[in-house]
Amino acid sequence: MSPQTTTSQTVGPFFKLGLEWLNCDNLAGAGVSGDRITIHGRVLDGDGAPVPDAVLEIWQANAHGKYAHSEDTQDKPLEAGFHGHGRIATNATGEFFLTTIKPGPVPGPRGQEQAPHLLISIFMRGLLKRLVTRMYFPNDPQNASDPILHCVDPARCATLIASSAADESGALEWNVILQGPDETVFFDLGL
Amino acid sequence: MHTFGEVSRDRFMKTLAGYRVPDPGTQPNLLHPPYASSLKRAPTQPLVPIPYTLSEITGPSFAPDLVSPSASDLTRQSKGEPLGERIVVSGRVLDEDDRPLSNTLVEIWQANAAGRYLHEIDQHDAPLDPNFTGAGQAITDAEGRYRFVTIRPGEYPWLNHHNAWRPAHIHFSVFGPAFCTRLVTQMFFPGDPLLPFDPIFNCTLDEKARNRLISLFDWETTVPLQALGYRFDIVLRGREATPMENK
Repeated sequence: MSPQTTTSQTVGPFFKLGLEWLNCDNLAGAGVSGDRITIHGRVLDGDGAPVPDAVLEIWQANAHGKYAHSEDTQDKPLEAGFHGHGRIATNATGEFFLTTIKPGPVPGPRGQEQAPHLLISIFMRGLLKRLVTRMYFPNDPQNASDPILHCVDPARCATLIASSAADESGALEWNVILQGPDETVFFDLGL
Repeated sequence: MHTFGEVSRDRFMKTLAGYRVPDPGTQPNLLHPPYASSLKRAPTQPLVPIPYTLSEITGPSFAPDLVSPSASDLTRQSKGEPLGERIVVSGRVLDEDDRPLSNTLVEIWQANAAGRYLHEIDQHDAPLDPNFTGAGQAITDAEGRYRFVTIRPGEYPWLNHHNAWRPAHIHFSVFGPAFCTRLVTQMFFPGDPLLPFDPIFNCTLDEKARNRLISLFDWETTVPLQALGYRFDIVLRGREATPMENK
Protein backbone atom coordinates (compact mmCIF):
# COMPACT_ATOMS: atom_id res chain seq x y z
CA MET A 1 0.00 0.00 0.00
CA SER A 2 1.35 3.37 -0.90
CA PRO A 3 1.80 5.82 1.97
CA GLN A 4 -0.75 8.54 2.58
CA THR A 5 -0.15 12.22 3.22
CA THR A 6 0.62 12.94 6.85
CA THR A 7 -2.15 14.65 8.78
CA SER A 8 -1.75 18.36 9.42
CA GLN A 9 -1.65 19.73 12.96
CA THR A 10 -1.66 23.26 14.33
CA VAL A 11 1.56 25.25 14.81
CA GLY A 12 0.23 26.06 18.28
CA PRO A 13 1.20 29.12 20.31
CA PHE A 14 4.96 28.51 20.52
CA PHE A 15 5.97 28.28 16.85
CA LYS A 16 8.28 31.28 17.15
CA LEU A 17 10.74 28.99 18.86
CA GLY A 18 11.10 26.80 15.80
CA LEU A 19 10.25 29.10 12.92
CA GLU A 20 11.61 32.55 13.78
CA TRP A 21 15.19 31.76 12.69
CA LEU A 22 14.00 31.76 9.07
CA ASN A 23 11.89 34.92 9.30
CA CYS A 24 12.35 37.12 6.24
CA ASP A 25 10.39 40.34 5.81
CA ASN A 26 12.39 41.68 2.88
CA LEU A 27 12.39 39.81 -0.41
CA ALA A 28 13.87 42.73 -2.32
CA GLY A 29 17.55 42.30 -1.59
CA ALA A 30 20.46 43.85 -3.48
CA GLY A 31 20.52 42.87 -7.12
CA VAL A 32 16.83 42.06 -7.28
CA SER A 33 15.11 44.09 -9.98
CA GLY A 34 11.61 45.47 -9.81
CA ASP A 35 9.45 48.06 -8.09
CA ARG A 36 9.97 48.05 -4.33
CA ILE A 37 6.76 47.84 -2.37
CA THR A 38 5.98 47.74 1.31
CA ILE A 39 2.91 45.96 2.56
CA HIS A 40 1.33 46.48 5.93
CA GLY A 41 -1.61 44.60 7.32
CA ARG A 42 -3.34 43.07 10.27
CA VAL A 43 -4.80 39.68 11.06
CA LEU A 44 -8.17 39.82 12.83
CA ASP A 45 -10.18 37.01 14.41
CA GLY A 46 -13.93 36.40 14.60
CA ASP A 47 -14.33 39.06 17.29
CA GLY A 48 -12.39 41.57 15.22
CA ALA A 49 -9.56 41.22 17.72
CA PRO A 50 -5.98 41.34 16.48
CA VAL A 51 -4.22 38.00 16.21
CA PRO A 52 -0.78 38.44 17.80
CA ASP A 53 0.39 34.90 17.11
CA ALA A 54 0.05 34.30 13.37
CA VAL A 55 2.83 33.50 10.94
CA LEU A 56 2.48 34.24 7.22
CA GLU A 57 4.59 32.68 4.51
CA ILE A 58 4.90 34.37 1.14
CA TRP A 59 5.71 32.79 -2.18
CA GLN A 60 6.06 34.90 -5.29
CA ALA A 61 7.62 35.29 -8.72
CA ASN A 62 10.20 37.93 -9.52
CA ALA A 63 9.52 41.14 -11.44
CA HIS A 64 9.81 39.24 -14.73
CA GLY A 65 7.16 36.74 -13.66
CA LYS A 66 9.51 33.84 -13.02
CA TYR A 67 9.62 31.63 -9.96
CA ALA A 68 12.91 30.52 -8.41
CA HIS A 69 12.01 26.87 -8.94
CA SER A 70 13.17 24.15 -11.31
CA GLU A 71 9.69 23.59 -12.74
CA ASP A 72 9.44 27.17 -13.94
CA THR A 73 11.05 26.66 -17.33
CA GLN A 74 10.06 30.02 -18.80
CA ASP A 75 12.76 31.81 -20.68
CA LYS A 76 12.86 34.78 -18.32
CA PRO A 77 15.73 36.17 -16.22
CA LEU A 78 16.19 35.08 -12.62
CA GLU A 79 18.53 37.08 -10.39
CA ALA A 80 20.72 34.99 -8.11
CA GLY A 81 19.64 36.97 -5.05
CA PHE A 82 15.95 36.36 -5.55
CA HIS A 83 14.36 33.42 -3.76
CA GLY A 84 10.73 34.51 -3.57
CA HIS A 85 10.09 33.16 -0.08
CA GLY A 86 9.19 35.22 2.96
CA ARG A 87 8.13 34.38 6.49
CA ILE A 88 6.68 37.05 8.78
CA ALA A 89 4.98 36.90 12.16
CA THR A 90 2.33 39.27 13.45
CA ASN A 91 3.27 41.53 16.35
CA ALA A 92 1.43 42.15 19.63
CA THR A 93 -1.17 44.25 17.81
CA GLY A 94 -1.72 41.69 15.06
CA GLU A 95 0.23 43.69 12.46
CA PHE A 96 2.71 42.48 9.90
CA PHE A 97 5.10 44.28 7.54
CA LEU A 98 6.68 43.09 4.32
CA THR A 99 9.03 44.65 1.80
CA THR A 100 9.23 43.03 -1.61
CA ILE A 101 9.08 43.72 -5.31
CA LYS A 102 5.93 43.59 -7.38
CA PRO A 103 6.01 40.27 -9.21
CA GLY A 104 5.43 40.10 -12.92
CA PRO A 105 2.53 38.20 -14.45
CA VAL A 106 2.93 34.42 -14.54
CA PRO A 107 1.29 31.83 -16.80
CA GLY A 108 -2.10 30.53 -15.77
CA PRO A 109 -4.47 27.83 -16.96
CA ARG A 110 -5.02 27.37 -20.69
CA GLY A 111 -2.36 29.86 -21.66
CA GLN A 112 -4.03 32.74 -19.87
CA GLU A 113 -1.77 35.04 -17.94
CA GLN A 114 -2.31 35.57 -14.23
CA ALA A 115 -2.26 39.07 -12.77
CA PRO A 116 0.67 39.81 -10.43
CA HIS A 117 0.03 38.21 -7.05
CA LEU A 118 1.62 36.88 -3.89
CA LEU A 119 0.69 33.47 -2.52
CA ILE A 120 0.22 33.45 1.22
CA SER A 121 0.05 30.60 3.73
CA ILE A 122 -1.26 31.47 7.17
CA PHE A 123 -0.53 29.46 10.30
CA MET A 124 -1.62 30.10 13.89
CA ARG A 125 -2.88 28.52 17.05
CA GLY A 126 -6.47 27.50 16.34
CA LEU A 127 -5.79 26.57 12.72
CA LEU A 128 -5.42 22.81 12.40
CA LYS A 129 -4.17 23.28 8.88
CA ARG A 130 -2.84 26.32 7.10
CA LEU A 131 -5.00 28.79 5.24
CA VAL A 132 -4.04 29.69 1.69
CA THR A 133 -4.87 32.98 0.05
CA ARG A 134 -3.45 35.47 -2.45
CA MET A 135 -2.74 39.16 -2.43
CA TYR A 136 -3.26 41.09 -5.67
CA PHE A 137 -2.23 44.66 -6.45
CA PRO A 138 -4.56 47.65 -6.63
CA ASN A 139 -5.35 49.17 -10.02
CA ASP A 140 -3.56 46.47 -11.97
CA PRO A 141 -5.31 46.20 -15.35
CA GLN A 142 -4.68 42.44 -15.42
CA ASN A 143 -6.82 41.83 -12.32
CA ALA A 144 -9.94 42.00 -14.47
CA SER A 145 -8.91 39.00 -16.52
CA ASP A 146 -7.16 36.98 -13.80
CA PRO A 147 -8.35 33.36 -14.00
CA ILE A 148 -8.14 32.80 -10.22
CA LEU A 149 -10.07 35.94 -9.33
CA HIS A 150 -12.69 34.65 -11.75
CA CYS A 151 -13.21 31.65 -9.44
CA VAL A 152 -14.25 34.02 -6.65
CA ASP A 153 -17.66 35.55 -5.91
CA PRO A 154 -17.23 39.12 -7.23
CA ALA A 155 -18.63 40.47 -3.97
CA ARG A 156 -15.68 38.94 -2.10
CA CYS A 157 -12.89 39.67 -4.61
CA ALA A 158 -11.94 42.90 -2.85
CA THR A 159 -10.61 40.90 0.10
CA LEU A 160 -7.82 39.65 -2.15
CA ILE A 161 -6.73 43.02 -3.48
CA ALA A 162 -4.50 45.31 -1.42
CA SER A 163 -5.33 48.99 -1.14
CA SER A 164 -3.05 52.00 -1.23
CA ALA A 165 -2.36 53.23 2.26
CA ALA A 166 -4.18 56.43 3.20
CA ASP A 167 -0.96 58.25 4.05
CA GLU A 168 0.22 58.47 0.41
CA SER A 169 3.47 56.72 1.35
CA GLY A 170 3.05 54.38 -1.58
CA ALA A 171 2.70 51.51 0.84
CA LEU A 172 0.01 48.91 0.38
CA GLU A 173 -2.42 47.75 2.99
CA TRP A 174 -3.88 44.26 3.03
CA ASN A 175 -5.66 42.65 5.96
CA VAL A 176 -6.53 39.07 6.77
CA ILE A 177 -10.02 38.80 8.26
CA LEU A 178 -10.65 35.29 9.55
CA GLN A 179 -14.43 35.50 10.03
CA GLY A 180 -17.40 37.77 9.47
CA PRO A 181 -18.94 39.79 6.65
CA ASP A 182 -15.54 40.90 5.34
CA GLU A 183 -13.97 37.47 5.71
CA THR A 184 -10.94 37.05 3.47
CA VAL A 185 -11.29 34.55 0.64
CA PHE A 186 -9.28 31.42 1.39
CA PHE A 187 -8.61 28.86 -1.30
CA ASP A 188 -9.16 25.13 -1.44
CA LEU A 189 -5.97 23.52 -2.70
CA GLY A 190 -7.08 20.11 -1.48
CA LEU A 191 -5.09 20.44 1.73
CA MET B 1 -11.07 12.85 -10.46
CA HIS B 2 -11.43 15.74 -8.06
CA THR B 3 -13.62 18.54 -9.36
CA PHE B 4 -13.47 22.18 -8.46
CA GLY B 5 -17.04 23.40 -8.58
CA GLU B 6 -18.18 23.18 -12.14
CA VAL B 7 -14.67 23.19 -13.48
CA SER B 8 -12.69 20.01 -13.47
CA ARG B 9 -9.07 20.39 -12.57
CA ASP B 10 -8.10 18.26 -15.54
CA ARG B 11 -9.44 20.87 -17.88
CA PHE B 12 -7.05 23.40 -16.41
CA MET B 13 -4.01 21.23 -16.17
CA LYS B 14 -3.02 21.11 -19.78
CA THR B 15 0.68 21.14 -19.27
CA LEU B 16 1.35 20.92 -15.55
CA ALA B 17 0.88 17.97 -13.25
CA GLY B 18 -0.89 18.90 -10.02
CA TYR B 19 -0.86 17.21 -6.64
CA ARG B 20 -3.25 14.54 -5.44
CA VAL B 21 -5.93 15.31 -2.89
CA PRO B 22 -5.67 13.38 0.39
CA ASP B 23 -8.31 10.72 1.11
CA PRO B 24 -11.45 12.04 2.83
CA GLY B 25 -11.14 12.19 6.61
CA THR B 26 -7.36 11.99 6.65
CA GLN B 27 -6.88 15.71 7.19
CA PRO B 28 -8.56 17.86 9.86
CA ASN B 29 -11.41 20.24 9.24
CA LEU B 30 -10.61 23.84 10.01
CA LEU B 31 -13.42 24.12 12.55
CA HIS B 32 -13.09 21.57 15.35
CA PRO B 33 -15.17 22.80 18.32
CA PRO B 34 -13.42 20.61 20.96
CA TYR B 35 -10.31 22.67 20.11
CA ALA B 36 -11.53 25.98 21.52
CA SER B 37 -9.05 28.17 19.63
CA SER B 38 -10.56 27.09 16.30
CA LEU B 39 -13.91 28.73 17.11
CA LYS B 40 -12.87 32.33 16.43
CA ARG B 41 -10.11 31.58 13.96
CA ALA B 42 -11.42 29.01 11.48
CA PRO B 43 -13.02 30.70 8.46
CA THR B 44 -16.80 30.35 8.24
CA GLN B 45 -17.13 30.66 4.46
CA PRO B 46 -16.38 27.63 2.30
CA LEU B 47 -12.88 27.57 0.87
CA VAL B 48 -12.91 28.60 -2.80
CA PRO B 49 -11.67 25.85 -5.12
CA ILE B 50 -9.05 26.92 -7.61
CA PRO B 51 -7.00 25.05 -10.17
CA TYR B 52 -3.31 24.52 -9.66
CA THR B 53 -1.16 26.89 -11.63
CA LEU B 54 2.56 27.41 -11.88
CA SER B 55 2.21 29.43 -8.65
CA GLU B 56 1.07 26.46 -6.59
CA ILE B 57 3.29 23.75 -8.07
CA THR B 58 6.43 25.78 -7.48
CA GLY B 59 7.67 26.61 -3.99
CA PRO B 60 10.66 27.64 -1.95
CA SER B 61 13.84 25.63 -1.86
CA PHE B 62 16.75 26.05 0.49
CA ALA B 63 20.47 25.58 0.07
CA PRO B 64 21.80 22.58 2.00
CA ASP B 65 24.29 24.83 3.78
CA LEU B 66 21.45 26.90 5.26
CA VAL B 67 21.46 24.43 8.12
CA SER B 68 24.60 23.40 9.94
CA PRO B 69 24.91 19.73 10.90
CA SER B 70 24.88 20.74 14.58
CA ALA B 71 21.40 22.22 14.20
CA SER B 72 19.96 18.70 14.33
CA ASP B 73 21.50 17.87 17.72
CA LEU B 74 19.41 19.69 20.31
CA THR B 75 21.48 18.23 23.14
CA ARG B 76 24.65 20.06 22.07
CA GLN B 77 23.46 23.62 21.54
CA SER B 78 24.72 24.85 24.91
CA LYS B 79 27.78 24.43 27.07
CA GLY B 80 26.09 21.94 29.36
CA GLU B 81 23.86 18.98 28.66
CA PRO B 82 20.11 19.39 28.89
CA LEU B 83 18.18 17.46 31.52
CA GLY B 84 15.88 14.65 30.55
CA GLU B 85 15.86 11.48 28.51
CA ARG B 86 18.04 11.71 25.40
CA ILE B 87 16.31 10.32 22.29
CA VAL B 88 16.99 9.99 18.56
CA VAL B 89 14.10 10.98 16.30
CA SER B 90 14.65 10.06 12.69
CA GLY B 91 12.73 9.14 9.59
CA ARG B 92 12.19 9.87 5.97
CA VAL B 93 10.32 12.56 4.13
CA LEU B 94 8.67 10.94 1.12
CA ASP B 95 5.72 11.42 -1.17
CA GLU B 96 2.65 9.24 -1.66
CA ASP B 97 4.46 7.31 -4.36
CA ASP B 98 7.14 6.35 -1.83
CA ARG B 99 9.67 8.60 -3.51
CA PRO B 100 12.20 10.16 -1.14
CA LEU B 101 12.10 13.94 -0.93
CA SER B 102 15.72 14.98 -0.73
CA ASN B 103 17.05 18.43 0.15
CA THR B 104 13.90 19.48 1.91
CA LEU B 105 13.95 21.59 5.05
CA VAL B 106 12.65 20.04 8.29
CA GLU B 107 12.18 22.34 11.29
CA ILE B 108 11.22 21.13 14.76
CA TRP B 109 10.34 22.74 18.08
CA GLN B 110 9.30 21.26 21.39
CA ALA B 111 8.97 21.66 25.15
CA ASN B 112 11.81 20.62 27.44
CA ALA B 113 11.76 17.52 29.64
CA ALA B 114 9.67 19.37 32.23
CA GLY B 115 7.00 20.33 29.68
CA ARG B 116 8.04 23.98 29.35
CA TYR B 117 8.71 25.89 26.13
CA LEU B 118 11.43 28.49 25.89
CA HIS B 119 8.84 31.11 24.92
CA GLU B 120 7.75 34.24 26.75
CA ILE B 121 4.05 33.37 26.65
CA ASP B 122 4.51 29.90 28.16
CA GLN B 123 3.47 30.44 31.79
CA HIS B 124 3.48 26.79 32.84
CA ASP B 125 4.98 26.50 36.31
CA ALA B 126 7.80 24.17 35.33
CA PRO B 127 11.49 24.98 35.09
CA LEU B 128 13.26 26.19 31.98
CA ASP B 129 16.45 24.34 31.13
CA PRO B 130 19.38 26.70 30.46
CA ASN B 131 20.92 24.04 28.22
CA PHE B 132 17.90 23.39 26.02
CA THR B 133 16.25 25.63 23.46
CA GLY B 134 13.97 22.98 21.95
CA ALA B 135 14.50 24.10 18.34
CA GLY B 136 16.30 22.26 15.55
CA GLN B 137 16.61 22.07 11.78
CA ALA B 138 17.75 19.52 9.24
CA ILE B 139 17.86 19.13 5.47
CA THR B 140 16.94 15.69 4.18
CA ASP B 141 19.65 13.64 2.46
CA ALA B 142 19.44 11.96 -0.94
CA GLU B 143 17.18 9.22 0.49
CA GLY B 144 14.91 11.77 2.15
CA ARG B 145 16.27 10.95 5.61
CA TYR B 146 16.54 13.29 8.58
CA ARG B 147 17.84 12.63 12.09
CA PHE B 148 17.54 14.67 15.27
CA VAL B 149 19.07 14.03 18.67
CA THR B 150 16.94 15.63 21.34
CA ILE B 151 15.30 15.22 24.75
CA ARG B 152 11.97 13.52 25.20
CA PRO B 153 9.54 16.44 25.71
CA GLY B 154 7.32 16.55 28.78
CA GLU B 155 3.54 16.67 28.81
CA TYR B 156 2.06 20.00 29.91
CA PRO B 157 -1.26 21.51 30.94
CA TRP B 158 -3.19 23.98 28.81
CA LEU B 159 -6.40 25.93 29.17
CA ASN B 160 -8.58 24.36 26.47
CA HIS B 161 -10.89 22.65 28.99
CA HIS B 162 -10.84 21.58 32.65
CA ASN B 163 -7.66 19.65 33.48
CA ALA B 164 -6.49 19.64 29.87
CA TRP B 165 -3.02 18.19 29.22
CA ARG B 166 -1.17 17.95 25.94
CA PRO B 167 0.44 14.59 25.24
CA ALA B 168 4.20 14.71 24.69
CA HIS B 169 4.84 15.92 21.15
CA ILE B 170 7.36 17.48 18.80
CA HIS B 171 6.24 20.05 16.21
CA PHE B 172 7.44 19.37 12.64
CA SER B 173 7.45 21.80 9.72
CA VAL B 174 8.29 20.52 6.23
CA PHE B 175 8.28 22.25 2.84
CA GLY B 176 8.52 19.60 0.13
CA PRO B 177 8.85 20.51 -3.54
CA ALA B 178 5.90 22.89 -3.97
CA PHE B 179 3.76 25.55 -2.34
CA CYS B 180 0.96 23.00 -2.16
CA THR B 181 3.06 20.34 -0.37
CA ARG B 182 3.88 22.51 2.66
CA LEU B 183 2.98 20.73 5.89
CA VAL B 184 3.13 21.47 9.61
CA THR B 185 2.32 18.61 11.94
CA GLN B 186 3.08 17.13 15.35
CA MET B 187 4.78 13.85 16.26
CA PHE B 188 3.57 11.92 19.28
CA PHE B 189 5.00 9.03 21.32
CA PRO B 190 3.71 5.44 21.47
CA GLY B 191 1.71 4.49 24.54
CA ASP B 192 1.04 8.04 25.73
CA PRO B 193 -2.03 7.80 28.02
CA LEU B 194 -3.08 11.37 27.13
CA LEU B 195 -3.62 10.70 23.42
CA PRO B 196 -7.30 9.68 23.64
CA PHE B 197 -8.10 12.94 25.45
CA ASP B 198 -6.25 15.41 23.26
CA PRO B 199 -8.58 17.42 20.98
CA ILE B 200 -5.68 18.36 18.70
CA PHE B 201 -4.47 14.79 18.13
CA ASN B 202 -8.11 13.72 17.70
CA CYS B 203 -9.08 16.44 15.22
CA THR B 204 -8.74 14.01 12.31
CA LEU B 205 -11.67 11.69 11.66
CA ASP B 206 -9.69 8.82 10.18
CA GLU B 207 -8.19 6.75 12.98
CA LYS B 208 -5.38 5.30 10.88
CA ALA B 209 -4.37 8.77 9.73
CA ARG B 210 -4.34 9.96 13.34
CA ASN B 211 -2.26 7.04 14.47
CA ARG B 212 0.35 7.73 11.81
CA LEU B 213 1.26 10.80 13.88
CA ILE B 214 2.52 8.44 16.60
CA SER B 215 6.19 7.66 16.17
CA LEU B 216 7.42 4.06 16.39
CA PHE B 217 9.92 2.90 18.93
CA ASP B 218 12.85 1.67 16.86
CA TRP B 219 15.71 -0.65 17.94
CA GLU B 220 17.55 0.05 14.71
CA THR B 221 18.13 3.72 15.53
CA THR B 222 18.46 3.17 19.27
CA VAL B 223 22.06 3.97 20.23
CA PRO B 224 23.46 1.52 22.81
CA LEU B 225 24.12 3.19 26.18
CA GLN B 226 23.04 6.53 24.67
CA ALA B 227 19.51 7.10 23.44
CA LEU B 228 16.27 5.36 22.52
CA GLY B 229 15.28 5.70 18.87
CA TYR B 230 11.89 6.78 17.54
CA ARG B 231 11.00 6.68 13.89
CA PHE B 232 8.64 9.14 12.24
CA ASP B 233 8.16 9.22 8.49
CA ILE B 234 6.48 12.24 6.95
CA VAL B 235 4.52 11.81 3.75
CA LEU B 236 3.76 14.75 1.48
CA ARG B 237 1.20 14.81 -1.32
CA GLY B 238 1.94 12.77 -4.40
CA ARG B 239 2.00 14.07 -7.91
CA GLU B 240 -0.95 13.56 -10.19
CA ALA B 241 -0.29 11.69 -13.37
CA THR B 242 0.60 14.21 -16.03
CA PRO B 243 -2.24 15.12 -18.38
CA MET B 244 -0.40 13.40 -21.20
CA GLU B 245 -0.36 10.12 -19.33
CA ASN B 246 -3.91 10.68 -18.22
CA LYS B 247 -5.65 11.24 -21.51
